[in-house]
Amino acid sequence: MANTRVLSLNNLSKRFGSVVANDAVSIELHRGEVLALLGENGAGKTTLMNMLFGHYMPDSGSIDVADERGDMHPLTLGHPQAALDAGIGMVHQHFTLAENLTVLDSILLGSESLWSWRHKRKAAREKVGRIMVRTGLVAPLDEQVGKLTVGERQRVEILKALYHDARILVLDEPTAVLTPQEADALFENIGAMTKDGLSVIFISHKLREVLAFSHRIAVLRHGQLVGEIATSDADERVIARMMVGADTPATPRDAMEPGAPVLELRAATVKGDSARTSLHAADLTIHAHEIVGIAGVSGNGQSVLARMVSGLASPDSGEMWVSGDRINRFTPPVLQKAGVGRIPEDRHHDGVIGAMSVAENLVIERLSDSDVQKRGFLLHKSIRRHAEELCKEYDVRGPGIDADARLLSGGNIQKLILARVFECMPDLILANQPTRGLDLGAAAEVSRRLLEARSRGAAVLLISEDLDEVLALSDRIIVIHDGQLHEAHSKDREAIGLMMAGEHA
Amino acid sequence: MIRIEPREAPSRWWTIGVPMASALLALLLAAIPLMAAGANVFEAYAHMAKGIFGSTFAFTEMLTRATPLIFTGLAATLAFRAKLWNIGAEGQLYLGAMAAVTVGTGLIDAPSLILIPIILLAGAAAGAAGMAGPAYLKTRFGADEVVTTLLLNFIILIFLQMMLEGPLKDPMGMGWPQSEPIVDNGILPQLMPRMRLHAGLIIALVAAAIAHVMLSNSVWGFKLRAVGENAAAALHAGIGVKRTMMSAAIVSGAVAGIAGVSEVAGLRGYLTTDLSPGFGYTGIVVAMLAGLSPIGVVISAVFIASVFVGADTMSRAMGVSSYLADLVVALSLICVLIGGFIARYRITRTNKGDA
Repeated sequence: MANTRVLSLNNLSKRFGSVVANDAVSIELHRGEVLALLGENGAGKTTLMNMLFGHYMPDSGSIDVADERGDMHPLTLGHPQAALDAGIGMVHQHFTLAENLTVLDSILLGSESLWSWRHKRKAAREKVGRIMVRTGLVAPLDEQVGKLTVGERQRVEILKALYHDARILVLDEPTAVLTPQEADALFENIGAMTKDGLSVIFISHKLREVLAFSHRIAVLRHGQLVGEIATSDADERVIARMMVGADTPATPRDAMEPGAPVLELRAATVKGDSARTSLHAADLTIHAHEIVGIAGVSGNGQSVLARMVSGLASPDSGEMWVSGDRINRFTPPVLQKAGVGRIPEDRHHDGVIGAMSVAENLVIERLSDSDVQKRGFLLHKSIRRHAEELCKEYDVRGPGIDADARLLSGGNIQKLILARVFECMPDLILANQPTRGLDLGAAAEVSRRLLEARSRGAAVLLISEDLDEVLALSDRIIVIHDGQLHEAHSKDREAIGLMMAGEHA
Repeated sequence: MIRIEPREAPSRWWTIGVPMASALLALLLAAIPLMAAGANVFEAYAHMAKGIFGSTFAFTEMLTRATPLIFTGLAATLAFRAKLWNIGAEGQLYLGAMAAVTVGTGLIDAPSLILIPIILLAGAAAGAAGMAGPAYLKTRFGADEVVTTLLLNFIILIFLQMMLEGPLKDPMGMGWPQSEPIVDNGILPQLMPRMRLHAGLIIALVAAAIAHVMLSNSVWGFKLRAVGENAAAALHAGIGVKRTMMSAAIVSGAVAGIAGVSEVAGLRGYLTTDLSPGFGYTGIVVAMLAGLSPIGVVISAVFIASVFVGADTMSRAMGVSSYLADLVVALSLICVLIGGFIARYRITRTNKGDA
């Protein structure tokens, strides 16, 4: 590995509203180096790479890139063309090729004016040919992109970046869509390319390939760079610990005997578009007085599990029972009546109606109750009084109960949802990412309420990407990976981290 | 670099002030083509005002013109609040009118107190049916209702021509493609002697009041607003999104159908293919100007009717084109849309990114 710097990210920060996606992240990359960027979903990896490529404008910080001679120059931020000109190529997780063009045209697309193609095709063909020979990345140049396999399309994307004289290549989860054989071939090609001086950053969740093919590993957590380590010094345990964080003291809570089963899944299967959006023969029982935590990297079937328990998706086979009754129709009202309280994953999108008032949002799940309406007309007085009480009890702070819910902060929106869910005394509570994006105070309030519900006899299904939260709150932990549930037999952080990455001890 | 950020809370002043200011600005902007046409601007606007407020006749004519616009504006409002883009009020209006002349030209013989409600119901049902189809296609198959409702307008208009040349044709009509007249007992009563203003206006005002009460005070209105503002959250909360959309569609179509009844049974007496000079489409403008508020619809319908009626008077008196009315209406809509954007977003300049 040569020691010349080719890229330096200096203190890059990016906020989206109140969410800090990247907090003063600094990373360097050297010539011929393969850097693996690791982190849980939402840790800020993709945001960081999008800033590098000019898709996002950083709030603060700068980027320096080396030119052909190795001199560092500041990169114009927020302009993809500037990144391209500086020799940065990016291959996105979702490919951006035109299916009806030939491979050669796809590679040329964007680099030449539309009208000059014909004249330069011969020279271009030769140049692509030279790159293919040098790197071993082979693609049929005259075939239509639509007829290629996923692996071939990815090679075309990389060829396109190299054709544009990329000296730094960014690959966002390059193996997510590849078979193991294709993935191995890809990394062999990357090895050949780095010998030519190309530098590579790749984002991955797969510890094994990170250890096998990178030179250095950088780990992001909650938007911050929490560690960098030479791959030769790392093993799976070390990386898993870096990804999920250091031990935190457990929330104090009483031991409790689990009661009768409240939620039972029997071989529940939901067929999704891919392994990441489906659930395979899930068996799960949650008892009264019990919190069961679902740990896992996002996109492994958590959403579809939550959608089923919320009544937004029906299982293709298998059964779901709530408090001894089999659920036959999966609609939100049916599950509400069965005693399921639901805290949705995306509180802004599914949890509240931003353009309606706080008071209205508090009664939206109880529109047929007699204290909300009489003969189809809303009882505004009763609704407002009820809202005042709930906001006081659950400490929902904002411009008042008549203000639009969108004016509340994220934490207060979550408290509003908690108030709505908990006042109905549900037997089963689905809490999907209940503390994501919340500050410590609001997060602690959510935890306290969930434990309180457990004490009074509710069953809680807690889905979270935050392993600390799962460890602190759960009586039992289930790891979800590729749509399959596996019970974790201990609260050993590293063992769970490995299970989340698909390694079953 | 220019950044656009949402404002924390648009104040009440904005929601009322923006449409008002937009209307005024539109009138000011319209002075430019007026001057280009060589007219004295002050004189022109004086004629316009005279055409609206100059006499009882002028004023009642303006209200007569506003009546169908209140109906179609309400039809658009009720659908748009549920994010159901009903562009088909024009067609639904004609369906309502066809139903009115079907039952009101002698098929049923009953006193006014019975016949008029029957005609209104028939028109409402026909309009509702005209919107139920596209809404079903949307909720069942995801068909874009903008396309289906818009194209249905032309189909209905051609169907109307066929009916007026065939089954609905008046045998005493000297061969003109027009329907038989509505029987006397089916005619909506006039509100003032010798004026064309009819009870349709009262029905329109009552409809606006009911729409206002239903939207803000009923469970149905709550669901409608919830579905329109955030269908995903409404679904999650257990509101039947498709059902609510369907009911909004039916009510919207029914109100548009009543617009047709009101024009046939209140004003014309018989049905021709030029019953509506685009009331259905203008209703969309009325609704947008009103910020999708039923009470606002009454005000904006009166404003737009004033512009049309006033511009007619002005064009006769000054010899300028009455197309100026269309211009003012279009300008005020554009001003309201821009004003609404400014009310909701803050535009700031930043120096970042120029590096």
